[in-house]
Amino acid sequence: MSKKPMIASVWLGGCAGCHMSLLDIDERIVALMELADIGAMPITDFKLGGFPMADVGLVEGAVCNTDNIKFLEEIRAKSKFLVSLGDCAGWGCVPFMRNFFPLNQVLEHGYIWSSSTVDGFIPDDKELPRYLDKVQPIREFVKVDFHIPGCPPSADTIFHVVHELVSGRVPNGIPQPLLHFD
Amino acid sequence: MAKHYEIEPVTRIEGHAKITCVVSDEGKVEQARFHVVEFRGFEKFCEGRHFSEMPTLTERICGICPVSHHLASAKAIDILANTKPTRTAALLRELMHMGQIFQSHALSFFHLSSPDLLLGPDSDPALRNVVGLARNFPDATVAAVKARKWGQEIIAAIGGRKIHPNCAVPGGMAAGISRERGAELLAEKTQHLDTILLGIDLLMGWCKQNPDVVQRFARFSSYFGGLVGPKGELELYDGDFRISDPHGKVAVDQFNPQDYLNIIGERVESWTTLKFPYYKPAGYPDGAYRVGPLGRLNNIDSIPTPRAQAEYERWKSFCNEDGVQEGTLFYHYARLIEAIYAAERIEQILSGDEVYGPDLMAQTPGTLSHRGVGVIEAPRGTLWHDYTIDDNGALTNVNLIVSTGQNNSAMCKSVELVAQEFVDGKNVTEGMLNRMEMAIRAHDPCLSCSTHAVGQMPILIEMYDEQGGLMQRIAR
Ligand code: SF4
Repeated sequence: MSKKPMIASVWLGGCAGCHMSLLDIDERIVALMELADIGAMPITDFKLGGFPMADVGLVEGAVCNTDNIKFLEEIRAKSKFLVSLGDCAGWGCVPFMRNFFPLNQVLEHGYIWSSSTVDGFIPDDKELPRYLDKVQPIREFVKVDFHIPGCPPSADTIFHVVHELVSGRVPNGIPQPLLHFD
Repeated sequence: MAKHYEIEPVTRIEGHAKITCVVSDEGKVEQARFHVVEFRGFEKFCEGRHFSEMPTLTERICGICPVSHHLASAKAIDILANTKPTRTAALLRELMHMGQIFQSHALSFFHLSSPDLLLGPDSDPALRNVVGLARNFPDATVAAVKARKWGQEIIAAIGGRKIHPNCAVPGGMAAGISRERGAELLAEKTQHLDTILLGIDLLMGWCKQNPDVVQRFARFSSYFGGLVGPKGELELYDGDFRISDPHGKVAVDQFNPQDYLNIIGERVESWTTLKFPYYKPAGYPDGAYRVGPLGRLNNIDSIPTPRAQAEYERWKSFCNEDGVQEGTLFYHYARLIEAIYAAERIEQILSGDEVYGPDLMAQTPGTLSHRGVGVIEAPRGTLWHDYTIDDNGALTNVNLIVSTGQNNSAMCKSVELVAQEFVDGKNVTEGMLNRMEMAIRAHDPCLSCSTHAVGQMPILIEMYDEQGGLMQRIAR
């Protein structure tokens, strides 16, 4: 029996909505499991370094900090085909909105000036990543093989693309009824 | 030489985090920390935008509970626009919210946490997830997937889509639900309620087999907080705020959420991007209060639907002499009890007439107030949206306190207690580390929400020596 293709995903600076939309394929997850192995996802126990070699890698979220870059580079290095899932990964979407303000103002607002904060300061422990001056889409860092637009893309759209890929076909765009940008 | 362990990312939670742990030569855990690392900056970048955009913008804080943000935001802008939703609109909003509570609680218990219980915390991590569940318990897994789907379908029936619906407007709702769709959804209720009851049986079965773990797993005292109805009953959509002290005595009751800044403050610690809210009169850190299912059940007097009330009475039998449940694992039980309540409320609303009424929107007078605080009980706890606008309706100040933030102290404490109790620093196993993650998962943190301000949270365990040198990195 030949080995099943492996699917893996990561979540960078996004709201989890794209992964939730992936879960909204509901019972079809069982069909997908017949066709492919689900290696690493926010719903499985993957750890850095233990990330599997994948045939299809999905990335949700924009790149906001140095940890995001680390995860993104790992999934790129280990995936044959990399998909940007949703608008945050694709062009920045809502996380991008902080680019209109200097990073220090955004941080100061969150940790010093916000109405409920008492004796605030900006967290700076060595365990924390460095926040980038500008949020960027993932293609600024790695090669992306396919993009699924939407905030989030619908479950049907995600299922269509992933199903094509694990069946060994590269989708030729997204069929009109499944294509939406909201 | 002490060692420092790191778990990154903490998985099967909704967000990014890591745990670090310092272990002494004798194998004792000296420090265990839960770090949230992501940051997005919503409070700042909303400035200058028109307030009417907020329900659709702020729901992008979180794809798991977008409805909570959508509705907390809608409640804040009702106040700004000097209006109140019609009865039909209020019921539609509540219905949507109950759909979300149901789907989110089902997801947390079945998809994310039950693998630890049903497959065992030491089982193969590669299969300790929904895939492993589907192999071992195919029927229950499919039932759980369908239960979550039901909640999502209710949201979509009103808001047009499952994630990031767009329907709440000042004074009401832009869309309603048809009687046909309502009847279809109502017909499914018994089936999905049964799935939740099955979840309770599975959980109770596990507790019986592991009384020792249940007893030793992260028990500690704290304040508890949440919205309650006028009689102190469970209320997830509306209501006023109550805080109970560690002995279950009410410390502040029927508190008007508009004045929350008088009693709630937030502190910052250097090692996490998640702030620490606390009840001001008790000071920091003593005033840390727990929210979410366990916080709520410790804070209320009753549940206004019959099946959930019966289960709540059973819950009481597990509580201490003060009537308080301190054990972190009981979050799961509380969550399932609330899912029963949500299913019963869905049934009540859908079988009434008012939700199908024609009046979806109240008149707005056309004048604006300058400040509005919208608050709701999200699946993970009380959610606060506080907006200030100028005369043109442009936002000049935004303050958000999200549910998970209010459990930050509790999560940190739980990780520390579990590390001390279950981790043998001389012989660290994957299963021991996973128990620390279980302590986090019990709170069902939504790190997507909590990092609206600054951070996201991968979880990683690294062990360092006392000089800070990295000894071991647990990457599985
Ligand atoms: S694209 Fe939309 S749904 Fe997806 S992560 Fe970004 S904000 Fe969330």
